[in-house]
Amino acid sequence: MNQVIDSILILLTLTGFVLLGSSRLAACIKAVGIQGALLGLLALVVQSGDLSITGVVLALIGATVKGILLPVLLFRAMREADTTREVEPLISFNLSVLAGALELAMSLWIGRHLRLPADPVSSFFVPAAIFTILAGLLVIVSRRKAITQVIGYLMLENGVYVFGTAVALRMPVLVELGILLDVFVGVFVMGIAVFHISRQFDHIDSLRLASLNDRV
Amino acid sequence: MAGLLLSIALFGAGAAGALIFANHGRWTTYAGVGGVVAGCAVGIVPALRAALGGPVESIHAGWAVPYGSFFLRLDALSGFFLLPVFAICPLAAIYGAGYLEAFRPKKSLAPPWFLFNLLAASMAMVIVARNGLLFLAAWEMMALSSLFLVTFEDEKEEVRRAGWIYLVASHAGTAFLFALFILLGRAHGSLDFDRFDASAGTGLLFALALIGFGTKAGFVPLHVWLPQAHPAAPSHVSAVMSAVMINTGIYGLLRVFTLIGPLPAWCGWLLCVVGILSALTGALHALAQRDLKRLLAYSSVENAGIIALGIGVGLIGIASKSPLVACAGFAGGLLHLLNHSLFKSLLFLTAGAVVHGSHTRDLDRLGGLLKRMPVTGVLFAVGAVAVSALPPLNGLIGEFLVYLASLRGIAEFDGGGLTVLVSAFAALAAAGGFAAVAFAKAFGIAFLGHPRSESAEHARDPGWTMLAPATVLAAACALAGSFGARLVAAIAPLIASITGMPDAKSYLSGAANAVAHVAFVGGALAGISLVVMAARSRLLAGRKVRSALTWDCGYYRPAPRMQYTGSSFVQPLTAAFAAVLGTRIRVIEPRGLFPSDASLTTEARDPYQDRLFASLFGAIGRGLSMLRPLQQGLVQLYVLYIAITLIALLLWQFA
Repeated sequence: MNQVIDSILILLTLTGFVLLGSSRLAACIKAVGIQGALLGLLALVVQSGDLSITGVVLALIGATVKGILLPVLLFRAMREADTTREVEPLISFNLSVLAGALELAMSLWIGRHLRLPADPVSSFFVPAAIFTILAGLLVIVSRRKAITQVIGYLMLENGVYVFGTAVALRMPVLVELGILLDVFVGVFVMGIAVFHISRQFDHIDSLRLASLNDRV
Repeated sequence: MAGLLLSIALFGAGAAGALIFANHGRWTTYAGVGGVVAGCAVGIVPALRAALGGPVESIHAGWAVPYGSFFLRLDALSGFFLLPVFAICPLAAIYGAGYLEAFRPKKSLAPPWFLFNLLAASMAMVIVARNGLLFLAAWEMMALSSLFLVTFEDEKEEVRRAGWIYLVASHAGTAFLFALFILLGRAHGSLDFDRFDASAGTGLLFALALIGFGTKAGFVPLHVWLPQAHPAAPSHVSAVMSAVMINTGIYGLLRVFTLIGPLPAWCGWLLCVVGILSALTGALHALAQRDLKRLLAYSSVENAGIIALGIGVGLIGIASKSPLVACAGFAGGLLHLLNHSLFKSLLFLTAGAVVHGSHTRDLDRLGGLLKRMPVTGVLFAVGAVAVSALPPLNGLIGEFLVYLASLRGIAEFDGGGLTVLVSAFAALAAAGGFAAVAFAKAFGIAFLGHPRSESAEHARDPGWTMLAPATVLAAACALAGSFGARLVAAIAPLIASITGMPDAKSYLSGAANAVAHVAFVGGALAGISLVVMAARSRLLAGRKVRSALTWDCGYYRPAPRMQYTGSSFVQPLTAAFAAVLGTRIRVIEPRGLFPSDASLTTEARDPYQDRLFASLFGAIGRGLSMLRPLQQGLVQLYVLYIAITLIALLLWQFA
């Protein structure tokens, strides 16, 4: 069973790298969707010893929201905002991947030192979670478009979810809160699509929203 | 205790009612005033019983907040401090109903009535709370509700500025209180007052309390917010803030003192020095003001100083095991506090009537109001006599006891205590003199002579809603002055509980006798004056009275502009103390044979604010503006800051 969990976690990490390295917006959305689906699977596998209906339902809802609903919304947002289909990074893709590798190293180091109340099933749980969080932050920080910010935010949230499943067989509230956060991101995405930030501001370049700052 | 809870609930109902009836014209006023009056009427009974030494009652219930508990206790000290709250607030509220009526076409009156109820409730709560968190919550509620009352006329630039200064000052003070309570509760891991201990060192705790509570009480140099905020507020709010709210600062100090037990002698000396500084600074600045309400605010600083002086002398008395000095000092401070509440609210209410009638607070634009507003004028005169500590009114009682205590101490002590007490005695006398001049100026310039402006010309007495509360207060001042000895005897149980000297009553009996003599002589003087006045009017009754110019120094037809102004009246004193006053004088001297323009402007500034705090906050501002480049308005950058912080924390945790 541990092997399945480990492979899921490794896949998760790899999709993180895909997200950091790909220049196509569509690929990024797909990658984040795959991450979502993997998370649902992970939640199922982790509790496979004693499956409960609540657990299964929660895992399925999570997988549906993260793996299907949000990617669909993101695709729609991308179409409706009518922007170029490319990620506009502030740092080069190579540099992003390199930074990602550094983050992975750090996550492994932290994973070795972090003491949890109960030991997780796999020792790769914590590094994968922290890497996903950090990679999400990196995406938010280093990309221009509002839509990539949403993707980064989703990734960050995926990391939190992984962390939750690592410690949280007995903490269902945390997982449910994760789903609430997903709904929030969903609303956020809808905001972009429905209210057409692109039309209001003639662009969806978050850098240019800086003119709203309150500097004197 | 149930009465007290009911009273707080009534305040809550008044606050809610004011909001509910926001769109029903006068009903919001009725709800607001009704809440305050009903709450105070219900609350004053248990407060009085407790203040006179009745049984101590308490409530201890849980509260979901960490370290918090709903712990209330009503003992003699709390009861005593509740009295001004429950006595002044309803009078101020009734007055406010008339005062705010003029604003009704322009502004909604729901917020001020909501906040006024909240202020009354939070002051009562502060005084009975016995848990650190509950206390701080009430303290903060009191600060915020009074802040928004101060900024009622927020369309005026000066009011917004005053509110800002007040906000900063009260939060800075509260920060020290947080430190104080954390240190007090550290040893037992509980913020309930009865589990506090002084393991952190009584000196440090006393210093924290002195700064934190001293800011609210208006001790120099922490007073700078007070002359800004009190005049800016509507007058009934100024009255409550000046006469009642600053008491909570004194209450806090005394409460901390009763919690941490005997203090070293230097604490008493320090409090005396603070008191001396406040009394002198307050009185001198009151002298120099042109703004009537600001003059009153500085006078509050002076009186807070006198109260601090009394308590300081009392602390020295305890530290030197001299029961007479201790009891008379505390009794003097506390009675002065009570009397200050009465006459300061009277003064603010009458000053508000002046503002209401003449639309200006500038003394140099007033004048001749005694003929135009006779009732207000007489009431203001009563307050002015009381605040100048002249018999037979109540201002003298407390000061007299402080005099007695320091005299006694001068006879008993030597060394540092002697020096402090001699200075206290001298400062008290000097401050009293300055205050008398300041109020001679305030009354003389505003009420005597001729009007100095068009608006003062047309001033009239306000309606009964504004006059009745002030009349009640004036009567209370006279009564308290006449029965001073009874007051001294009545607070003996309270003094016994503060000083831990069960025989306080016998120690105070000598002082009570002296006060009775003073009241008798004062009453006799007042009686003789009344007889003379009656005789005069009797003699003049059948005759023709003609009014004419007095000797006019050769100036035929004097114009109102030729009268003494407030600034010229006190010029000899302000010139003598120019170094500490910081009054700005701009003169354009007349030049040539036919001088065309010449002018003289004086502006009373506060040097503590101008020099001390302006440079302090300027330095802080300059330091913080170096962080400006961090703020670029880019989401990416902000997330980066968060990420860096997160990573740094993780690394710091494991490295």
